[in-house]
Order: sequence, then structure tokens, then C-alpha cells
Amino acid sequence: MKNKKALFHIVKREALPWYQAWLIRGCAILLALLMCSLVTIIVTGLNPLALYKTMFYGTFGTNRKTWVLFQKLAILLGISLAVTPAFKMRFWNIGAEGQVIVGGLACAAVMITLSETIKSNTVMLLLMLVVSVAAGALWGFLPAFFKAHWNTNETLFTLMMNYIAIQLAAYFIIIWEVPKGSGKIGIINQKTRLGWLPYLGGKQYAIIVLLVAILTILIFIYLKYSKQGYEISVVGESERTAKYAGIKVERVIIRTMVLSGALCGFMGMLLVGGTDHSLSTELVGGRGFTAVMVSWLAKFNPIVMILTSFLLVFMQLGAKEVATNFYLNESFSEILTGIILFFIIGCEFFITYKIQFAKSGKEA
Amino acid sequence: MEAVKNAVRMEGITKRFGNVVANNAINLELHEGEILSLLGENGSGKTTLMNMLSGIYYPDEGQIYIHDKPVTIASPKDAFDNGIGMIHQHFKLVDVFTATENIILGLNEEGKMNLKEAGKRIKEISQKYGFDIDPEQKVYNMSVSQKQTVEIVKVLYRGADILILDEPTAVLTPQETDKLFAVMRNMQKDGKSLIIITHKLHEVLEVSDRVAILRKGEYIGDVLTKNADQQSLTDMMVGRAVSLNIDRPMPVDPQPRLEVKGLTVYDELGVKRLNDITFTAYSGEILGIAGVAGSGQRELLEAISGLYPIAEGSIIYHNPKTNQTGDMAGKDPLEIQKSGISMAFVPEDRLGMGLVGSMGMTGNMMLRSWRKKKGIFLDKKEPERVANAVWKELEVVTPSVDFPVRRMSGGNVQKVLVGREIAQDPAVLMTAYAVRGLDINTSYTIYNLLTAEKMKGVAVIYVGEDLDVLLELCDRLLVLCGGQVSGVVDARTTDKRQVGVLMTRVGGKNNEK
Repeated sequence: MKNKKALFHIVKREALPWYQAWLIRGCAILLALLMCSLVTIIVTGLNPLALYKTMFYGTFGTNRKTWVLFQKLAILLGISLAVTPAFKMRFWNIGAEGQVIVGGLACAAVMITLSETIKSNTVMLLLMLVVSVAAGALWGFLPAFFKAHWNTNETLFTLMMNYIAIQLAAYFIIIWEVPKGSGKIGIINQKTRLGWLPYLGGKQYAIIVLLVAILTILIFIYLKYSKQGYEISVVGESERTAKYAGIKVERVIIRTMVLSGALCGFMGMLLVGGTDHSLSTELVGGRGFTAVMVSWLAKFNPIVMILTSFLLVFMQLGAKEVATNFYLNESFSEILTGIILFFIIGCEFFITYKIQFAKSGKEA
Repeated sequence: MEAVKNAVRMEGITKRFGNVVANNAINLELHEGEILSLLGENGSGKTTLMNMLSGIYYPDEGQIYIHDKPVTIASPKDAFDNGIGMIHQHFKLVDVFTATENIILGLNEEGKMNLKEAGKRIKEISQKYGFDIDPEQKVYNMSVSQKQTVEIVKVLYRGADILILDEPTAVLTPQETDKLFAVMRNMQKDGKSLIIITHKLHEVLEVSDRVAILRKGEYIGDVLTKNADQQSLTDMMVGRAVSLNIDRPMPVDPQPRLEVKGLTVYDELGVKRLNDITFTAYSGEILGIAGVAGSGQRELLEAISGLYPIAEGSIIYHNPKTNQTGDMAGKDPLEIQKSGISMAFVPEDRLGMGLVGSMGMTGNMMLRSWRKKKGIFLDKKEPERVANAVWKELEVVTPSVDFPVRRMSGGNVQKVLVGREIAQDPAVLMTAYAVRGLDINTSYTIYNLLTAEKMKGVAVIYVGEDLDVLLELCDRLLVLCGGQVSGVVDARTTDKRQVGVLMTRVGGKNNEK
């Protein structure tokens, strides 16, 4: 019989001081950049430093580019904030995409169908807000209700709701298409600018950035200091503990998903009323899913989510720049994003666990 | 008598989990072609020991010999290579597969997967030993006993000649048990060696040739079954009374606090878990609840605290502040809290039910008090004060009151939980296995806390597994067996043997001399 023995054990760490944890994370990012450089040299033969520089230029190069960065960052962060309460509750809601779209659809519906009746921009904006939030909330309520009462699988349910939302949007786009036969809605209310979010200081995106900044703080406070936030944490940790503490789990699930959906609907309104001024099925463009990653990477901390969403948006915008300047495929930058994410997520393992190598010759 | 050959010999086996010694220098032999019963109370280390034989755990010290050859068993595959097969208490089967598919799963036989051939071999095995099995049947259509049969055939199919059965009868009806024993004897005739883990004495006497007894991780000894009877086995299993010197003052002015009448509950599968339970818990006393694991202790406490659906019966609470009485059966925990019943509950599953693992002490103290403050925001000051008080008074080892309790050691986790429950100033305090896995010092801290609560006039209900502790800490003992009350005894005048008999048989009173 061969004498087999495990080479190493994986052992859970005692608490790690915060600076050591951040040291590990820093090392991970450094390693990731090294790895990216290596891959760049091997695959493209380009100077990685030049590549990084171009990426940086792509995001901060001009005033316009910086504002685009801010806008994209704000939208992604906003959607991430919206999904966070549900995920903190361990409710696997991957329906943010659809919730944002129905919010946008509802917003566009108000802007288009009521453009003749309502003349006041304030009334219009308020109506858009109410309708978008309600539509998103409904999209969040349905899967939660079924989950709470019949324990349906929320992942599949929310995923399916995405398709319904996208198909609904596609249907109404054809009805409202301008000009006829184009299959598109052009810019809504281009002349009257009715229902367009106001420009702050002449900047189109400033109001979005401001609103999302406020939202970040509100969600942070909600999760950390409110009773409902506490209930969410307890339900997410263990439903049995929640019941033991007298928390009505079903009610918390529904309430939280309605909140998540409502916030998504709100983001849909910001997209339609604030940036696109139009509606397409590509309105959200996968950000409903990216948001899940942003939220998880930040461990549901809204403040850290600013960093994680920045990282993803930076890589995405940098990628475009690299693609045009070096005639590379945009996929190459996605490879780099993948490498960086791999290292960042992977290093969490070393923060929670340590590896102990077996001492040899202990047994007969 | 010719010299016996050993199928298994375990020499000086020690296994520790943190500070807890689960097995201490154990020597165990299994002779070829015998049925050995491994007997012991809950937590005596039976399953741990067998898990080392089947490759799930790896011993810290000691050596295992199979057929007198030293071996290293580092994985279930090693165990299987040595012809050892274990049938676990919880079946490990794929529900949507047939019996055959489950049996050949993971075998990696050469050539193409041949279900027909496998089915034929399974039929052969079944006929040989008298199993009743349909190779084509899907697991989700099977009864518990059929699933167990699949597990046993799976092990035999892989050519095991040493079989370990971990409490196989716990899930079986008496008729199914008889069938299982018949099969076990057939296997024995075929030269297989078997170990059966159990704590049911009459089964031990019925099926085994020899009995080995463990107690609190120590090997106590072995006897030939023909030389043993229930009483001698109970004595070996529970041991002599050990004096623990737990301070036990007499109850002062006991008044009925909680009257449970005719309580009956069913689990989600419709199995009766509590059957007509009736007892009264008095203020100022510790009522111990004894019984082998799974006799309904968990269901009883959860039913009282509103976490388990009650089919029949009432739970009358006497409020000491208002002198009012009320039935709390059927109320959920929130309603119980709101109706002014101050009840504390230290559940068995500390991190899964009593605490929120990712939160610190403060967050966990909040679990009982967060609703009190008006408005939408949390009050952190009061819980923080309680957390600091518990931290200091119970000497919890933690870097701060915000350190996640999940990362504390078991003893400290329990201090946080017990500390919080006591801080509520309860009228009824229920604890389930409050000292399980704790070291001696922490255990005594808990005993003293419970006694102090009792002297404050709290009705304490203590579910325990260590009879020595139950007999020295509690004032009265309620003994459960199979979801029924098999006796209520005075802990001061009863001895372990009497309790042991009550624990293993309903109506044990009739067996007393």
C-alpha cells in the first residue's frame, strides 16, 4: 500500500487586520497587471505600457470622454445599487436588465403618448418618475411573490422576466417607430425637449451623476443603519435565524425585491430621460448583469461599489480606444478585464484561507 | 477456540477537533466474520471513529491494520481499495438515477458502461443475501428502507468485505429492521465482517456477536453478547456516576410557569415527532430533558418557541408580572414576543439559528432588541452596551464587539448566545445542548449562569446529552423516547441506570424492579 498523504491543507484564517487584507488585494492587482502585460506582449507584440496609456487616454483623454465615463459609471453604479439589497438577502435576482427596460419603456410611453396633453416639464418628469418606478417595482414584485409563497426558483423567474421585458419593448418600438418603417424610435420630443432631464450647469450628465451619488449614500444608510436593512442582512445570512428572531421572511423578500425593482425602474427613467432620449432593446446593454458582478465584487458595500464599477467602466472604455488605435479586436480588452477580475476575485480566497504545507514524516 | 483473525485492528487512534478530543487512543478490533456492535451515547465518538476507517477523517495519531497489514486510509477511495464500505446515516444517492445507476456511479470500470451487465450482477447480489431490490427503480420512488438497501448493495457491488452501518435502524420500522438483521446474518455467513453503530440495546443483543463500548471518546471495553444483558450494557455505556460538583441550590418557591398539555407535532413528511407531551416547568427550577438524539428534543423546544407547527395541544404560560395565563400554542415568535411573554431560547444550531455568523456581538445582540426602538433606524447604542457587558462578564475572547461571531471559537460563540438570551431578562429560558463541544471551564460558566437564572426565579429548561450533568445540574428530569414522555424523575434521587433505561424504552417504568 502506498503511503499517500495530502501535500497541503487549506485552513481558515483568524481575523486578518484590514491593512494586510488590502496588501493582499494590492498584490493581486499588481500581479494582474503583470499578467496582462505578459499576455499583451505574447499575443500582440505591443508594448503593454503604450497599451495602458491608450486605455487611460480613452477614458480621461478629453473633457467629453471624462463626462462619458461619469455617465457610464453612474448608470452602472445605479443599477448595481438597485440589485444590491436583493443580493444581500441572497435572492438571486438576475432580472435587473428587464427591470430597467420596463422602467425605460414606461418612461418612454409617458413621454410619447402624453407629449400633446402635458405641457409642464415638471409634471411630465414627475409622471415619468412615478410610472417608471411602478413598472420596475412590478417586475421585481412578481418573482418575489412567487418565491415567497410557492418557493419558485427566482433565478429562472427573473431571467424569463428579462425576455418578456425586452419583447414588450420591441413590440412598442414598432408601434411608436419614427419614421414609419425604420423599426426605431428616433429622439423623443426632440423639438420640445419635453420630459428630458434638465442640464445642470450646461452639462447633460451632471444630474444623473448627482442623483446616483445621492442614491449611493441613501442605499449605504439604508443597508447599514435602518431596521429594514438589518432584516435583509439577517434573512440573507440564515432564514432560520430570521424566523427565530421573529422576522417575517416572506414579507422581507417581497418588500426588498419591490425596492430593487423600483430602483431599476428609476435607472430606466434616467437612461431614457437623461441620456438616450430614445428607447431601444439595447437600452441596458447587459449592464443588468454586469451590475451583479459590481455588487458582489464590492461585497455589497455601496461605497466600494464606486470603485468596482469604475474599474469595469474604465476597462470597457479603454478597450474601445485600444481597439481603434491599435486595430485590435475589442475582445482583447475583455481578455484583460477577465484577467484582472480573476486576480481580484481569486485573492479573496487568500484573505479568508491560508495554505499549510504538510510536515513530512509525522506518521509511521 | 482457534485463533481469531482480525479484519480490522485500530491501534491508539486519536482524533481531535480543535480542543475537543473526539477519540482518545482507541484500540478496536473487528474479527473476521463477526458482527460487532459499537455502542455509546451521543457524542461518544462512534461515528468519528468509523469515519476514520472509511476515509472521511484522517486520524491525528494511531495506526489502522486491515487483515493485519498496516494501511493508510486518507480518502474514501483508499477505504474502498481495502474492502471497507460504510453505509452512512444520511444516504448519499442521486434521486433521479435508478438503483443500478447509483450503484455503478463513480466506479470507473473499464470499457463501455454496461447497465444490463451491472443490473444482472445486482440481481445476483440481491438473491445471494436476500435483498429486495428493483435495479430499474428510480431513487425518488423508493422508501427509506429501499434506499438503504441500495446503499448496502452499492458497497457489496464494489467488493467490500468489511461493512460499517451507521445507525441503520434509526430510520426503519420494526419489520424492516428484522429484514435488515436477516440480511446482515446472511452477509456474515458469507464471511463478511460487519460493524453496526447503534444505541438501541435490544438490537445490540439481537444481532451482534460482540459489543464494543465507547464513552466520551474513550474505549471502555468489549463483551461477548451472550455474556451481556441490557443492564450491564447500560452500565458500561453511561459509566459510573462522576461527581461534577455543580452547585445545586434547592428551588425557591416554585410556581407553574409553563404548562405543556398533550403537545403533538408532525414533520413535513407527516411523521409524528412529538406524541402527546405533557409536563409543567416551574419557576426557580431547572427542568432537564434527557433522551437519545432525535427523540423529539429539538421539536419540543421549537414548538414552544413558535418555530414548529403544532398539530394538537396547548402551551399555557403563566405571566409572573401580570399573573395572567394564556395559551401560546400556534403563535409565531413575533406574536409571542408581542404578547409580553419573555422567553429566551438557546437553540442547538448556534450559528444557523441563534446567531448571525457574519455579524459581530453588537449585531447579534440586536437580534432580540432591534424592534424596540421606534422609527425606521436601528438603535445601536443599547445593543452595544449589552455586547460590552457580555464581553466583559462572560470573558468572551474576541478582538472587538464587531468581530464576526462566525470566526470566534465554539465556546465564545456560545457565550455570546447565552449572554444575549439571559440579558433579555427572561421568565422562561430554554437551552438545547448548551455545552456541546465546549471545554470544561466554559461548560461550568454555562452551568453557573443557568443556576443563577434559576435562583432569579426563571423557569429553565435544559436539554442535555450528558447524564452526569443532567443529574447534577437539574432539579427534575423529563425523559423523552421516540417523541413520547417515558418518565419524569427527581434528579436528586435518581441514578443514571434508571434514566438510561427510560431513555431506551418508552414506559421504562414498567421494567423497574
